[in-house]
Amino acid sequence: MSKTLLVFRREFAGYFATPLATVFLVVFLAVSAGMTFFVANFFDRGQADMNAFFLWHPWLYLVLMPAIGMRLWAEERRSGTIELLMTLPVRPWQLVVGKWLAAWAFAGLALALSAPLWITVNYLGSPDNGVILACYIGSWLMAGSFLAISACVSALTKNQVLAFIGAVVAGFVFVMAGFDLVLAAVRPWAPDIVVQAIASMSFIGHFQRITDGVLEVPALVFFISLIVFALWLNVQALDARKAA
Amino acid sequence: MVLVETRALVKRFGAFTAVDGISFKVERGEVVGFLGPNGAGKSTTMKVIAGFLEPTEGSAYVAGHDSQLDPVAARQRLGYLPEGAPAYPDMTVGAFLEFVAAMRGLSKPTTRERLGELVERIDLAEVWGRRIEALSKGFKRRVGIAQALVHDPDVLILDEPTDGLDPNQKHEMRELIRTLAPNKAIVVSTHILEEVEAICTRAIIIARGKLMADSTPAEILARAPARDPAIQQLVRTTPLEDAFRHITLESAGS
Repeated sequence: MSKTLLVFRREFAGYFATPLATVFLVVFLAVSAGMTFFVANFFDRGQADMNAFFLWHPWLYLVLMPAIGMRLWAEERRSGTIELLMTLPVRPWQLVVGKWLAAWAFAGLALALSAPLWITVNYLGSPDNGVILACYIGSWLMAGSFLAISACVSALTKNQVLAFIGAVVAGFVFVMAGFDLVLAAVRPWAPDIVVQAIASMSFIGHFQRITDGVLEVPALVFFISLIVFALWLNVQALDARKAA
Repeated sequence: MVLVETRALVKRFGAFTAVDGISFKVERGEVVGFLGPNGAGKSTTMKVIAGFLEPTEGSAYVAGHDSQLDPVAARQRLGYLPEGAPAYPDMTVGAFLEFVAAMRGLSKPTTRERLGELVERIDLAEVWGRRIEALSKGFKRRVGIAQALVHDPDVLILDEPTDGLDPNQKHEMRELIRTLAPNKAIVVSTHILEEVEAICTRAIIIARGKLMADSTPAEILARAPARDPAIQQLVRTTPLEDAFRHITLESAGS
């Protein structure tokens, strides 16, 4: 079996070895349902769609994805198992991808458990299921981006709390990138092209285009390339620690 | 046949030099005891040979493969027990060893055969299905050894394999190392001097990152300073301890 897959399997099982998995899944479902029904007023909207559910995902993931990703490398470093793992005859990228895939699959499981809401919407009306599918794919890719960032930050420290905070801060920058709060701080001194580049990094902007109903190719490309880049950075972070 | 070699190995952490120009070779059939006070650079040297750390200068070879330039081939031939025998606490002993075997590319039948042999040899049957976090220190260390032996490597680097074991377990571990010795090159770090006499064909003493001695235990013994019969020893020391103290304290200039 491929080494990446072996790492994936061990890591995925690792989530369920402690109550972490259950706690996470319950919190994810409770908070996302709470947001959908009480904050976004799912029923009062009177529309057969799931926008009230997906609307909050960037903010929800901002906190929850670092919680899944923080342990990926920090825990290995703290317990010393990283020394074992990094002296096996494997390439660092195989470890990096395997670990990230496990976290991403776990996030996918959480997302899949929201299916009752989708069934409810279909029972109450006739939503555009193509749009809903696009939203699910977009949301999962965005989760993957948050996780790739979290894994990368986790490789820099053996302290899981630091890894969590670092990942939230990094994620916050990406979530807020399109907002005036961030852009106003950059605009006075940076050339226009930089401001536009930062604005185009916005998670919310890209995700919104997907939830608007089109699986927009640029938005997909954005999330996928961000994942690839963060994982590449993760490999570099591991290499840098070797020479330190 | 030289299976482990370091050439003018230097490892610096910032301004601190942990390993300072260490060169040695280990051939098949040798068991080399790696001795030195705490913080002398033993573990760091082993980490560099295993390819976990990158040397600042110089290079390390495992079975002829540079551990930095050709890491996968070098690690294929290497069994490594890191300091403290780390293992995934949430896994069972069986699942952990099977994971390591699979990561080393062993087929299912080979894995079953090798693990069956090791379980008997290292006495792991009673804890096979137990989670590693629930193991005693002795069993944890044995799992670490099993993990290093699963692919029957030519080279074994064992960082304090007997640390934390009781006298009986220590004895068993030494016997195991002895029986493995003829077909492998083994480097064992320790600060238990009797261990060197018991199992090593050669001893390397390092202090403050520098190689202070590299010879047979008997030759090192000969470097023990003559005892002054007029001085009554408060704590009785063995001649080997005297030699060790003499060699390592010499480097400190005292």
